[in-house]
Amino acid sequence: MSKFQFPESIKSRPVYGTLEPRPGKAHLMIADAEGAEAILDLAAQDASLMAHAHIIYIPKGTDFGDKLRALNPAQYYEGPSYDASVQRLRHVLANAHQGLQVYLTGTEGLMGQAQNEAMQAGIPHTSIQTEHRGSVARRMQCVHCKGITEDVMTDPFVCSHCGLNLFVRDHYSRRLAAYQGVCIDAEDPGNVPEPKELYT
Amino acid sequence: MTIQFNEETFRDDYSFYNSDWAIKRFPFPFHEDSYMYSVNMEQHRGGPKGSVYEMRFDVDEHYVSEMRDRAMVLADDPLRCQSLPHMTLAGWDLLELIMVSKSEDYPDLFELHRDGNQWRWINKPLGIDDTFTFMDETTLPYGPMEYITRQAQGDFCVLDQRDEMLWMDAGMVTTQADWSLDFDIGMNFFEWHAPVPLAHEMGIFKRALKFLLNIQQGAPARRLNWTMTVNPLLDTSPENYHKWGIQKTTLTPENIGSKQHLRVELQSFFRLPRSNALVFPIRCYLCSFQDLMTVPKWGRRLHRVVRDLPVELATYKGFIDNRPMMLDYLEQFDDGLPTSRGVFPDLETEPPLTKA
Amino acid sequence: MSAAPQKAKPGAEQLAVRVSAVVPLNDLVTRFEFQRTDGQPFPTFSGGAHTVVTMQDDGRTRLNPYSLMSDPADTSTYAISVRRDDQGRGGSLFMHTRVKQGDEMTITYPVNLFSLDLRARKHLFFAGGIGITPFMSMIHQLEQSNGNWELHYSVRTEALGTYVDELKYKFPTKVHVYYDDQSQSIPLETLLDGQPLGTNAYVCGPKGMIDWVHATASAAGWPDAQVHSEEFLAPAPGKPFEVRLCKSDKTIQVGENESLLEAIERAGVEAPFLCRGGACGQCETDVVSYDGEFIHRDHWLEPEQQAGEKIMPCVSRFVGKSLELDR
Repeated sequence: MSKFQFPESIKSRPVYGTLEPRPGKAHLMIADAEGAEAILDLAAQDASLMAHAHIIYIPKGTDFGDKLRALNPAQYYEGPSYDASVQRLRHVLANAHQGLQVYLTGTEGLMGQAQNEAMQAGIPHTSIQTEHRGSVARRMQCVHCKGITEDVMTDPFVCSHCGLNLFVRDHYSRRLAAYQGVCIDAEDPGNVPEPKELYT
Repeated sequence: MTIQFNEETFRDDYSFYNSDWAIKRFPFPFHEDSYMYSVNMEQHRGGPKGSVYEMRFDVDEHYVSEMRDRAMVLADDPLRCQSLPHMTLAGWDLLELIMVSKSEDYPDLFELHRDGNQWRWINKPLGIDDTFTFMDETTLPYGPMEYITRQAQGDFCVLDQRDEMLWMDAGMVTTQADWSLDFDIGMNFFEWHAPVPLAHEMGIFKRALKFLLNIQQGAPARRLNWTMTVNPLLDTSPENYHKWGIQKTTLTPENIGSKQHLRVELQSFFRLPRSNALVFPIRCYLCSFQDLMTVPKWGRRLHRVVRDLPVELATYKGFIDNRPMMLDYLEQFDDGLPTSRGVFPDLETEPPLTKA
Repeated sequence: MSAAPQKAKPGAEQLAVRVSAVVPLNDLVTRFEFQRTDGQPFPTFSGGAHTVVTMQDDGRTRLNPYSLMSDPADTSTYAISVRRDDQGRGGSLFMHTRVKQGDEMTITYPVNLFSLDLRARKHLFFAGGIGITPFMSMIHQLEQSNGNWELHYSVRTEALGTYVDELKYKFPTKVHVYYDDQSQSIPLETLLDGQPLGTNAYVCGPKGMIDWVHATASAAGWPDAQVHSEEFLAPAPGKPFEVRLCKSDKTIQVGENESLLEAIERAGVEAPFLCRGGACGQCETDVVSYDGEFIHRDHWLEPEQQAGEKIMPCVSRFVGKSLELDR
């Protein structure tokens, strides 16, 4: 099961949709792990996109690579991590033109970071499509030390930089591509509840 | 000079104090004996003489010390002042607005001499005398927004207006009620207000946004907001919450009168001419409970407001745990007499406390 | 809060001005220049802003919005350019035939409903006819900040090419003019293709041109948020109708050549407004009851609001038996 229905939340929390083909001269698709399935679904809706598509895929241990390659996109790249692919992504965006369609799918961390790159390159966030698939782990920023902790699965959690016990807020920054983590025991030091898995 | 500036601190030994003059002009935010959200906007075109509403940018006895505190916050954390690249023009608009307003409203404290784009700015309280070229950033030690807001009390959010929406794209935020500019910069009006409970459901933000989008040049507006702070701490930032949060637990029945402060924000809104951006100054005023109680009307009313506030709001404003202790203290100052309408002290007409 | 209760006035702040020059530009368009009567400098403004001009036309007050087309940094003079509309309700005719140099008039502070997106990597302007005016001030603004812009301007004939000579002389590589009578047209599809990411397009002109630019850009995959347009709706004439104003307890007649808003004002009822062109939302009014059909012409209300809930009296009308408004 790669689809998850996030509970309704506050206005700053991103809402993900379902990728749909849109008119454009070029199509940039960025996915990690189970996000590959959303790209496959998208291609099934309109196979003609692939003639002008550039797929950037980070498998994270999954094996959808062959299926994606079989779509025959104009360009296909498989990277070992998002960090490894980000220079390529920036180069592609720097040379892109108005009319480029961006499709992001997979984990929130991947979509958020890639969305930020596309925004920096001049695409309004409202016209970047997203579809969540796979892990519900969150990318969290510690509001105190500013360090980012990737793949947070519990609330509260320990900041991987400063070690404070942080609770997970739904307040989300597109610019940081992260949710906000705030010290949970500031008013009662040492009183930290047992971590609970997110959405349970 | 007409204002005697206090020598005081907003941290460590907390030597902050309000003179009798400052207490009488404190912007008490409750115009009746209860509180609920409302858009509560009015035009910002002066007010009673000597009140905080009189001038476009109020300057009071805390000016010099507040600016010193701001410099310390920025030295510790420069991310409290940020401006996205497209907001520089709005920064110049803001610099002009503040320099023109202050030099006109307080000619004994501030002077602005303009010869085309060659400007000379004299800030006597802070000992500044700078000559620079308007619209040329290389002639100022900081960007225009940072330069002028290091010399103006209160936080400043500079909002870009696009697609019938306001965007928090620049700001100087060091005296905030627990929100982070570094985290919120780039968000739209609904997003940066996302954590506020109840108000979205009440349609408050939709109405407020509509009002703000239509604020025009030459027609600024204002409103009040409030919260509670233990100790006269200006920098109640989320960044430092793990350091100041504990102070909330130091309240005792003996020290609550001096330690517990009502924190009021005088928020104003000005359309900026060249950039079409909106500047949103948020000026913070602090007053201890014991100082507020010297005004009988405020004593009666504050007790009733705190007592009847919905749990969600007391939680959001961060004093739900301390509310029982606050009420024990405030109750002594409420003799049940009716109060006059409006925010002003009405010392001459309101009866003194009739409770022992 | 009620520190100093002041009732908000309808409309933007006013400026008292004297007409300092009346400059006919061609058969249809005349430029009017204003200076403040109190000798103070004008406020600076942002490119794309407009002002609402008050005209006293034989006891009848007309309020028409016009784009400010002077240099926003020039605080000595404001200028507007007015195209004569012989079929219209008379505002432009009044300006052309009645306003003379030295006349005293009232205009509003600048209001901007068509501003530049200052994040844009490039600004691509499409103007049709008198739609050139907001771009004049935008170009001034961008020239002062080394902005990257390009103008594509469609006019009927060389003789009616308002400001064409001036623009081509000052910016020969950035300004492109297309003449209808020479069968030239803006090569829109080609122009939209290959623009750098972050380019913003702006269009001002007849409704057909605005729709064409939006549709073509959308089909080429441009984000809607990067295509901006301004179309001032002049209130269209229509059949007279009667309206009951509940709050003020008055029944008024809306004449053929006046808007509902103007009729409300004529009856002495204060109503909020700003743009008077169906775009800003200020004059939005609740419908209490109705029996008939609305002629909605605004760009503001949602379709469900237009279904009997609200009306924008600056541009919209009504045909039918009865209409009651909460005003």
